[in-house]
Amino acid sequence: MSIKKHVKVGLSALALSVSMHSVAAEDPIKVGILHSLSGTMAISETVLKDTVEMLIEQQNEKGGVLGRELEAVVVDPASDWPLFAEKARELLAQEEVDVIFGNWTSVSRKSVLPVVEELNGLLFYPVQYEGEESSENVFYTGAAPNQQAIPAVNYLKDEIGVERWVLAGTDYVYPRTTNKILETYLKDQGVADEDIMVNYTPFGHSDWQNIVSDIKSFGSAGKKTAVVSTINGDANVPFYRELGNQGISASDIPVVAFSVGEQELSGIDTGPLVGHLAAWNYFMSVDTDANWDFIDAWIDYKGDDTVVTNDPMEAHYIGFNMYIEAVKKAGTTDVDEVKDAIIGVSVPNLTGGYATMMPNHHITKPVLIGEIQDNGQFSVVWETPSTVAGDAWSDFLPGSRDMIADWRKPMFCGTFNTATGSCGASSGEMAAEAE
Amino acid sequence: MATSTTWLLRPLQERSTQLFLGILTAALAVVTILHLAMPEDSALHVSAYTVTLLGKYLCYALLAVAVDLVWGYLGILSLGHGAFFALGGYAMGMYLMRQIGDRGTYGDPVLPDFMVFLNWDSLPWYWHGFDMAWFAFAMVLLVPGALAFVFGYLAFRSRVTGVYLSIITQALTFALMLAFFRNEMGFGGNNGLTDFRDILGFNLRTDATRLGLFIATGIALAIGYVICRGIVTSKLGRVSIACRDAEARTRFLGYRVERVQLFVFVVSAMLAGVAGALYVPQVGIINPSEFSPLFSIEVVVWVALGGRATLYGAVIGALLVNYAKTVFTGVMPDAWLFALGGLFVLVTVFLPKGIAGLLQKRRKAPEKDRSNPQEATA
Amino acid sequence: MSIIRRSLTSLLIALACLVSVPAMAQEDPGKALLVNLAEAPSSRVEEAINAIVDSGDERARGWLEAYGNNRLSRIKDTGQVVLVLNNRGRDWEIADPLTGENLGEMSRRKLDRVAINNAIRGKLEGIMAMLDLNAADPDVREASARDMMGKVDAALVAPLEARLEKEESAAVRDRIEAALAIYRVEQGDIEAVEVLAGSLHSRARAALNNAAASDNSQLAEAANKALASIEQKLKLNKAAETLYFGLSMGSVLVLAAIGLAITFGVMGVINMAHGELIMLGAYTTWGVQQLLPGQPGLALLLSIPAGFLVAAIAGIIIERSVIQHLKGRPLETLLATFGISLILQQLVRTVISPQNRTVVTPEWMSGSLVINDALSLTLNRLYVMAFALIVFAALMMIMRRTRLGLDVRAVTQNRAMARSMGIKATKVDILTFALGSGVAGLAGVALSQLTNVGPNLGQNYIIDSFMVVVFGGVGNLWGTLIAGLSLGTINQLLEPWAGAVLAKIIVLVFIILFIQKRPKGLFPQKGRAAEN
Repeated sequence: MSIKKHVKVGLSALALSVSMHSVAAEDPIKVGILHSLSGTMAISETVLKDTVEMLIEQQNEKGGVLGRELEAVVVDPASDWPLFAEKARELLAQEEVDVIFGNWTSVSRKSVLPVVEELNGLLFYPVQYEGEESSENVFYTGAAPNQQAIPAVNYLKDEIGVERWVLAGTDYVYPRTTNKILETYLKDQGVADEDIMVNYTPFGHSDWQNIVSDIKSFGSAGKKTAVVSTINGDANVPFYRELGNQGISASDIPVVAFSVGEQELSGIDTGPLVGHLAAWNYFMSVDTDANWDFIDAWIDYKGDDTVVTNDPMEAHYIGFNMYIEAVKKAGTTDVDEVKDAIIGVSVPNLTGGYATMMPNHHITKPVLIGEIQDNGQFSVVWETPSTVAGDAWSDFLPGSRDMIADWRKPMFCGTFNTATGSCGASSGEMAAEAE
Repeated sequence: MATSTTWLLRPLQERSTQLFLGILTAALAVVTILHLAMPEDSALHVSAYTVTLLGKYLCYALLAVAVDLVWGYLGILSLGHGAFFALGGYAMGMYLMRQIGDRGTYGDPVLPDFMVFLNWDSLPWYWHGFDMAWFAFAMVLLVPGALAFVFGYLAFRSRVTGVYLSIITQALTFALMLAFFRNEMGFGGNNGLTDFRDILGFNLRTDATRLGLFIATGIALAIGYVICRGIVTSKLGRVSIACRDAEARTRFLGYRVERVQLFVFVVSAMLAGVAGALYVPQVGIINPSEFSPLFSIEVVVWVALGGRATLYGAVIGALLVNYAKTVFTGVMPDAWLFALGGLFVLVTVFLPKGIAGLLQKRRKAPEKDRSNPQEATA
Repeated sequence: MSIIRRSLTSLLIALACLVSVPAMAQEDPGKALLVNLAEAPSSRVEEAINAIVDSGDERARGWLEAYGNNRLSRIKDTGQVVLVLNNRGRDWEIADPLTGENLGEMSRRKLDRVAINNAIRGKLEGIMAMLDLNAADPDVREASARDMMGKVDAALVAPLEARLEKEESAAVRDRIEAALAIYRVEQGDIEAVEVLAGSLHSRARAALNNAAASDNSQLAEAANKALASIEQKLKLNKAAETLYFGLSMGSVLVLAAIGLAITFGVMGVINMAHGELIMLGAYTTWGVQQLLPGQPGLALLLSIPAGFLVAAIAGIIIERSVIQHLKGRPLETLLATFGISLILQQLVRTVISPQNRTVVTPEWMSGSLVINDALSLTLNRLYVMAFALIVFAALMMIMRRTRLGLDVRAVTQNRAMARSMGIKATKVDILTFALGSGVAGLAGVALSQLTNVGPNLGQNYIIDSFMVVVFGGVGNLWGTLIAGLSLGTINQLLEPWAGAVLAKIIVLVFIILFIQKRPKGLFPQKGRAAEN
């Protein structure tokens, strides 16, 4: 009988522990934070959790919003994709949070998306991604490919005179899509097939000898060559090391990376990398008062002089402030009203301009190209003359060429096809479900 | 294995199986009633979130039972059962993807979104047929079964045993993980399969469907348990235990050891496949990380914690560890890996028979003289 | 980092010497030059650089180098140009570039970096190579002449030709001629093609490729002929390079697996925490480097014994606390040690950081050993390869020639018999496990030079290590060596046509099939011990 007892006790304990939460008071605005604190993604995501917590603290010092305090609800999805969906459901259904800041990888966002749509939540996603998505419930504060990849390629082409391209990436959706877009774009610009080399490697790839050697011989064909790198995470260190050791310097074959920021560089001896490039919408080295204040606050918050800031942190900074502004504007935290109110909201970014939420739930961003310095920072060598609005649907992919997203009524559609003049079936249904 | 019904019905007469089925049925009934009948604000209400969570645990429990069948009763420590679980999951995921039809983002009636996205112009051959439920459900059993058959046939025939077998099962799941990560494979790469809508015409985003899936998982676990009990109490089961304890001797007694091993291994793989298939619609995503060797090892630890070669111990272990995981990752995320790691060490060193061993010890004390041979193995 | 620090220090010393010259009465002309550079709009930067070079100032090279390394900054308030000595953290240490006087620390907020980009940096490299061409050391001259290849422009032709006249070293002359020839081929000079005919240098090939595609049919023909002669040599070099890649990857595998070959192969313990012992070795390297800032080379050498000790001690703790309780239950050691691996990983995350740590590569290990212009062997991998062989040889010595080795072999073959002969089996167990763990630590020290030092380091190698040991045959060190080297080579041979992922999958499938054919690996253990 003892088994039975155990199971029963366990079950009722589970039921109790789960339902107790929902009795909490209604007063503070609950901000869910859905970033991995353990597992492989903890490296990148932990700082984002801290960022949001810091922003909440700062906002509360200013008296909260609408006279209400903000309260962080932190969960750990542990770099486990199904767990992301489960934790999102926990945040929305059990904790009843008003908004979620979270996710890093595309797969985790894809995993969470159906949950957020079903339970009509709000999610701010802070990382550069492959585009091809626009959800009624998600706000994309990171860069879409047209806010990072295409300007970077333009810079290489026009300013450096690159004619031959290596598109190297980790084998997952973001690099695949970005490279697809770039390939189409480059070919439209008259680059020949044989001047493009595409290469994919697995996650955490550590033996780059062959690939770097291939890049080297690809680069000796007489035309200026550059590497466009969408190599992710841990694989970068051995890649750059091998580049340095095989004697490829930035003035021979520059590498422009889309996934290497200050955080990643803090784990690398950057001496041999000086001059290689990265394209982002924010660099820690940008010289504005807003940025220095943010950095100082961050250093104080972490209590460590050497901590760095990076692009997704700025994205959360922007997203958080947009949410606050939208709540003020709507006068409530009601999800549907905030969703309506937030479109068109402008808040200052850290690089000296303004970010505006567009009707497609993407924001306007400046694009900066930076060169790696020996202290793990970037020095800005180029930037777009004005901010660029994020494109949910790429103009360079055949499947999405005719699609736009506009979440203002009456269109209210994430997949509007301008060729047929109708909204894709999926979002119509989504909207119906959400009502 | 004279007649198929007798070996399947025999376990139903055992007290332990009756007890297990009774508890399982009661638990299913209690959860269902609390979910449906209790008002939402009641402290006793079981939310849809909890139902899905419990459904997930039950899938893991079924997987643990499958692992216990080969490890506990056949002596094969498979570090690759996650592969069969994931393959079953992918078969189900492919069916669910095809069910989306033209409601995907790009509105393509045939191609799943990720294929449109990567400019594929037609469906790869191995995706055909998955729009039909019967075919997909058959594949849930057949694909893991076939892989287990080929792998087992090669391995058992050449008498790869012990550590070597464990290591190559690990290599198997690792190779599959790498393969499924490749976008060229046509399984969605790292993003896997997601954004499911319907199963058999029921909307996956409704609470009723979730409850249905939960109950279905419970039933699957019950059936899987009975099948495993049936096998281990049959003559075949006794031969397999003999293989576990002294493979060479069993062979010399004239038994075709590799056939027994192959049969049990394939059944176990199929059960794992079913568990994976039920898991996918409940968690809403399948991705290559289910193939990761780490996951497979974790499953073995559930079994070890619950008690090897007891079957019900596997269920207890799976439920307990996963419940702890849910709680810990919420309350103190940093401590979770310490707790899990510590559990591995403590259980293997101090609790070689797991929780089931503890339970048995307690039961053994009052009734000193226990001569039921079936209990001895359980 | 270290290179820059050293060059900055040498600049400061040089400056300090100059200051003693009492020429401070009037305004230092250098000041105007630097301000001019700092304030130049991007279109006039080149002019400003040329002005500095033309001034003939002895400090020019140091200034330009600091500029190229992003170490020149302007104080926002005063407009003074300063040298940044340390650019980490909130406050930066600065010095006066004119006198070398240390100006203390200043908030980075108040400094404005003198902008530079790759285009200018490329020019700068050419100019500095030109300056170095006058160096006394012929090796420096040759290196700088090699750097000149592909960087020659119209302005550099005349000084280069002048230099060629004076140059005595044949090697340097060849380089300068090649550098000039590249420029001339680019200008359409057919005769210069001849000069480049044998060159394997990638920039020479680039120039020839361009010429081959040109409209001038004569030039194109000549270039094609020259390229054909290069092609053959290139293929040979490519093959040698692939072999090197394979052996180098193989030696990494050997290093990672050899400790496991001892704990798993000899003791029968399936140590899933092996990867984390490797990780401990790597973190030790990082730790020693933290203790000895500015001396990465010495730190690395010291890490070899330190890494061994740290991992060996961790191994002893694991053996005493867990493994000794699991005698004769190999599959359960697998589970328990897996738990330990999780704990160790999380421990590193909590105690040190979830972020990767920076391990600096000492100067003598960076760069490559140039065999010829097409074939150069990366130094860090060369060292790792040698290190792997030394570790292997040392282990063989221990197992074959020492008392410990004899005892270990005795206990492995027949524990009961060995004990009855007076061997303390428990002690042998401890020492064996410590040895295996220590070797894992050594692998970590080596890996810190190749890959990330982070909490996941061990996980990336554990499966590969097991594959190598199983493939080679458990309990056989030679088997591990050969298995590691051959798996690495197969992988690298497959990679160019199969791609990195597929190559890895093929190797795994190959091992699975191989084990079916030979269940005990390449070199199975013979004798009675093998039966169990």
